[in-house]
Amino acid sequence: MTTTTDTSAGVGAPEAPRSTALAKRPSVTASAANYIDERTSISGLVKELGRKIFPDHWSFMLGEVALYSFIVILLTGTFLTFFFQASQTPVVYDGTYLPLKGINMSAAMNSTLHISFDIRGGLLMRQVHHWAALLFVASIGLHMLRIFFTGAFRKPRELNWMIGFILFILAMAEGFTGYSLPDDLLSGNGLRIIDGLIKGLPIVGTWISYLLFGGEFPGTEIVGRLYTLHILLLPAILVAALGVHLVLLVINKHTQFAGPGKTNDNVVGVPIMPVFAAKAGGFFFIVFGVIMLMASLFTINPIWTYGPYDPSPISAGTQPDWYIGFADGALRLVPSDWGFMIGDYTFSLNIVAPVLVLGLFIVAVAAYPFIEGWITGDKREHHIADRPRNAPTRTAIGAAGVTFYAVLWAAASSDLIATHFLLSIEGVIRTLQITLILGPIVAYQITKRVCLALMKKDREIALHGFESGRIVRLPGGEYIEVHEQLSDYERWRLVSFQDYKPLMIRPNAQGRISTLERARGAMSSWFFEDRISPVTNTELEQAHGAGHGAVETGSADGHEIGTGH
Amino acid sequence: MAKSASQDPLTKGRVRKQGRRSPLASIALILIGLVATGGVYALFTTSANASTTAASSALTTEGSKLFQANCATCHGMNLEGTKVAPSLIGVGAASVDFQVSTGRMPAAASGPQEEQKPSQFTAQQTQALYTFVASKAPGPGIPSKEYLGGNDNAAQGALLFRTNCAMCHNVAGAGGALTEGKFAPALTGVKAKTIYEAMETGPQNMPVFNDKNLTPMQKADVITYLKYLDNNPSPGGLDLGNLGPVSEGLFLWIFGLGTIVGVTIWLTAKAN
Repeated sequence: MTTTTDTSAGVGAPEAPRSTALAKRPSVTASAANYIDERTSISGLVKELGRKIFPDHWSFMLGEVALYSFIVILLTGTFLTFFFQASQTPVVYDGTYLPLKGINMSAAMNSTLHISFDIRGGLLMRQVHHWAALLFVASIGLHMLRIFFTGAFRKPRELNWMIGFILFILAMAEGFTGYSLPDDLLSGNGLRIIDGLIKGLPIVGTWISYLLFGGEFPGTEIVGRLYTLHILLLPAILVAALGVHLVLLVINKHTQFAGPGKTNDNVVGVPIMPVFAAKAGGFFFIVFGVIMLMASLFTINPIWTYGPYDPSPISAGTQPDWYIGFADGALRLVPSDWGFMIGDYTFSLNIVAPVLVLGLFIVAVAAYPFIEGWITGDKREHHIADRPRNAPTRTAIGAAGVTFYAVLWAAASSDLIATHFLLSIEGVIRTLQITLILGPIVAYQITKRVCLALMKKDREIALHGFESGRIVRLPGGEYIEVHEQLSDYERWRLVSFQDYKPLMIRPNAQGRISTLERARGAMSSWFFEDRISPVTNTELEQAHGAGHGAVETGSADGHEIGTGH
Repeated sequence: MAKSASQDPLTKGRVRKQGRRSPLASIALILIGLVATGGVYALFTTSANASTTAASSALTTEGSKLFQANCATCHGMNLEGTKVAPSLIGVGAASVDFQVSTGRMPAAASGPQEEQKPSQFTAQQTQALYTFVASKAPGPGIPSKEYLGGNDNAAQGALLFRTNCAMCHNVAGAGGALTEGKFAPALTGVKAKTIYEAMETGPQNMPVFNDKNLTPMQKADVITYLKYLDNNPSPGGLDLGNLGPVSEGLFLWIFGLGTIVGVTIWLTAKAN
């Protein structure tokens, strides 16, 4: 970044007046830039990157939030590794926190308490690390939703969606391994649930669990192993995937919302140099500041109240961090008597069923761009982001998915919902079980209808303007309501989207229609059967021609009240 | 009393070094002090005993009246219990004091659980009620003050609390859900005596932690830990209700991400 600034300042236009004055000697920055360029040929890259265009829309900055919180996590995490001991060696606590004095605990817990109470700034660093981690995963989630609902995953960006999805999974894995490191009661209980989850898998479960924990749970190995994953393997993969994600972002360029002058072949926005870089730099500090503020004012993960891990106690209200909540919720929602017996063998579905459902859900999220691409048969490149309403079926699927996830997520806090809203926990669970099935269906239908209605409204407004509420009496005694017309800029937004139609099923070379093709046809008509076509130019001209003809004033389109447009 | 008496020789010792009084003076003073304290104490306890007996019979009578007016409908005229409420024979003073002073009894309505509400009786009436119930049959009595100071071993208390109490009441005593609409209440700001009585008598869904299970000293440790939590705010800042990751997650999504999204909108807003 610094190099970029220097180069452009050294050779760019703003230097021109000075260079005439000091023509003999190039400036220090210019010669330094030249020195570097002669040895690295970096100027090509800088030129390319420096002209990277960023469209101005708030939702395009969510990915940046994730990136910046990741930087905060790296910085604070490094600090924490200086003092954390990833070992389960038993020690007796002798630090400053009174209610744990003289209590047996692992070295990991001991060192985390040491960081919290005896290292200067340690508690702040811990809290910054944890809040930033929560923000990291949350902003990735929101970023993914933005990409999904605007269709920004379509060709050529399907691969980047996959990589982003992998980043999301890695972020959750990072979060979970980190959550387990302090070896406090809460994290131990979380690990116990994971252990139970693994052991619940048929046949292989017990073996995997023993392999992972190095013997019977909890063993003496797991903290060290998770630590290696948390600070070495997972971050390395994450950084690599992040690099590819960003490179692909530069290669594919940003999408943009439709607007005058914004086409499928250009990107309209601000180049990274210099304004956007300054803005983004400032934004980094704002994100950092918000995290800092949260960390300095609000406790997160008070391991001192949880106490050291011991397999016997468990606390009421034991939950994972929010991003694992949906998995916890799935375990809480599965009916407790699911299972069957064949001969002497019990087959319990309490673990397998939620794991399968969650697995399917996650795979569906990852594969969605390819599924939609196959259904629509659309092989074109798309650089214009859809408005969510203009892709009603996709938006409805998204709403159904969000509802499904949200119900699972809410189920993870079923006990707190029960106590705080004075309900019975059984009632909460039963309601959520029903909502898990019906909620997505209802959400799908409502969203689809709302999208179609909004499209209809847009079409109406594009063709006839919007009702101004101004009633005019014409000299002949006739009343009309004046319709205000949109400006061309505003209208553009409403009319520029692509029209899809259900695929025609065609027989293949052998003259047969395969089952797969039939399924595709059915899916395609499900996707596009209900649709509102965009307004065409002809329709626009006609509508406006008619409008102008009908009203003598000529300045505004008028329609007689009751003609029912 | 005993404390001030034992401090006296020290002060006198310092004075003696300055040589203003004979060494016998301090001994004489101790003697006088001891005799005086002992005498007053003997006088006080005997007179107290006399008045307690008198007061206690008066209390029992008052308690009996209060019981008949407020409790007998459900618990029976002779504490024998009815179909809707258990017998109170042998529940002891601690149980009555807990239920009545926290307003759980008399019950407002039959529900999953009798809820806490402002007590219907004054301290004196409560005392009358529990004296009356305790006079019928022996049971756990009002806890001795020595266990309620909140200055015992907080670390041991925390350990015991995590093992015995946290699964319902949450590690920080924030409360938790039980089955069928019942719940373990939050323990923040609860009086030491109430906590002790709850452990000793196991009200409603709570198990009894008798003196073999948790000795009075261990109960005192648990109280010490809970008082520590009451008196020391979280070292990390505001505690968000001590509800763990759920409140943290909610806070992050609503306020954390909310602020960030607000900032993104501000940053990309077009200048007017």
